[in-house]
Amino acid sequence: MTLQAFDLCVERGGHTVIEISELTVEPHRVLTLIGPNGAGKSTLLLTLAGLLKPHHGSLVFRGQAIDSARARAAYRKHLAMVFQEPLLFNTSVFENVASGLKLRGKTGKIIRSTVEKNLEQFGISHLAHRSARTLSGGEAQRASLARAFAIEPEIIFLDEPFASLDAPTREALVDDLHAILCETKTTAIIATHDRMEALRLSDTMAVMFQGKIVQIGSPEDVMNHPADEQVASFVGTETILTGTVSKIYDGTFLLSIAGAELEAVGVVKAGERAVCCIRPEHVTIHTNTPSAHSSARNFFKGIIVKIVPMGLFYKIYLDCGFPLVSFVTSQSLEHLELQEGKTVVASVKATAIHVIKK
Amino acid sequence: MDLILEGIKKACVLLFTLDAEVLRITLLSLGVSGTATLISLILGISMGMLIALKEFPGKKFVISTINTGMGLPPVVVGLFVSIFLWRNGPFGFLGLLYTPAAMIIAQSIIATPLVMGVSVAAIQHLPKNLRYQILALGATRLQMMWLLVREARLPLLAAVMAGFGGVISEVGASIMVGGNIKGYTRVLTTATVMETSKGNFDIAIALSIILMVLAFAVNAILTYVQQQERPR
Repeated sequence: MTLQAFDLCVERGGHTVIEISELTVEPHRVLTLIGPNGAGKSTLLLTLAGLLKPHHGSLVFRGQAIDSARARAAYRKHLAMVFQEPLLFNTSVFENVASGLKLRGKTGKIIRSTVEKNLEQFGISHLAHRSARTLSGGEAQRASLARAFAIEPEIIFLDEPFASLDAPTREALVDDLHAILCETKTTAIIATHDRMEALRLSDTMAVMFQGKIVQIGSPEDVMNHPADEQVASFVGTETILTGTVSKIYDGTFLLSIAGAELEAVGVVKAGERAVCCIRPEHVTIHTNTPSAHSSARNFFKGIIVKIVPMGLFYKIYLDCGFPLVSFVTSQSLEHLELQEGKTVVASVKATAIHVIKK
Repeated sequence: MDLILEGIKKACVLLFTLDAEVLRITLLSLGVSGTATLISLILGISMGMLIALKEFPGKKFVISTINTGMGLPPVVVGLFVSIFLWRNGPFGFLGLLYTPAAMIIAQSIIATPLVMGVSVAAIQHLPKNLRYQILALGATRLQMMWLLVREARLPLLAAVMAGFGGVISEVGASIMVGGNIKGYTRVLTTATVMETSKGNFDIAIALSIILMVLAFAVNAILTYVQQQERPR
């Protein structure tokens, strides 16, 4: 285990802003902290990086407790941090990338070769002698990442590193960062509110709300099996329905929702209240009732109430007696001649429905 | 008009003939105000940085007090420094009254709030996460403070200019604690006051021109350095 936190509590202005009972960061793994603005991601990151002293609780790095100012200073020599703003010094790009190495007492030759290697890795060798103040947002963030990786940290903390960049720059940087993290096997903790970015980068994903980690697991687990409605909503589950279990079958059950019945997989008791979460990518739209040979167990007739373009695909809002949301490609939209007011049939597999017991 | 032209002519003569008395007065002015500026920089930047970085109760009140101190009247400073250094005063035993040291003390008190006020604003103006960024790069607290000063060097150079400009041109405190003693505590401003009161306007104008040239030269050098550093 690279880093562990126990019973962490951070207070600000008399209010508890972070309350974490236990968190373990495995070596060579990428942990992302996701959550809405104000969830405490940045504060937790600063605390885990030894830059903010917790009100109580402990940090353990490679088995050593970080319990004093001296220990925190020594611990900081093993890490690097990148913020949303590049925070470059008012000097050349080369000097910026070299700054961490100089603070670590490295000498000329090592500095030159390490800086050159990292500038090349982030594709900014041609900017080495440019003033950091003249760089574009993307270039500056590349320089900031190069500065962080130049010191070969054991853990790198990234606080919303791409949040202020335009979409194409962000995508290119996420790809580069992913490749470099895989290559260097650096342990990373990344705070982001962008779930797509988190999905791309994480080995483990922790969802934060109001200073607490409400769910931690693999990205697939968090996305497909959210712990509660709040998490479900944050991770992009568009349809969240509450109903009562009406019938139990062998492995599946029927949930009554607003006059409709939904068949899902799960262990529940008859009469129990439960929440069904359906991700839009799991809802298929048909213009006719599909073949009886389909493996889907749920078919709902509904009217298209709204079609929202989402770039490469469309978001379809259906009224099936209850709201249901689906994603379709532009080709499907065209082929099925989908338009607002049209009656369609939506199908959902029982296994695609995530059930949360109330 | 003749009086002014005569003054300019006299100033040129005094400057180019390297008049011993004028040279002594000019060097003492530079020495006293330069030392006071240096002291105010050490005190002002370090304390300004501490105030800017630390969170403590009453911080806003402290900053307001410093900002008020930026307009501290030199005569008030002169009065209190005189009282403290007076033969029967708390520090009378030091025998500093009517010495260049007393003038340095008074001028340091005038310049320190100026430097401190600008330093607090300059450091607070830096991105808040910059200090965390520097620490995360492996810096010690001292290295972090040095790097922050380096990042705020443009406004801090303005603080140097404000501090030096404030003390080289002040007369009230210098005359009260220095006494304008010929060959010992006479500086450009006190000499100008004395020559004016004696009706020697040509010498007074000459001394004023030297004072302005001196202030301009120092500020021109600092401005040049500052503008070289300006991000383009």
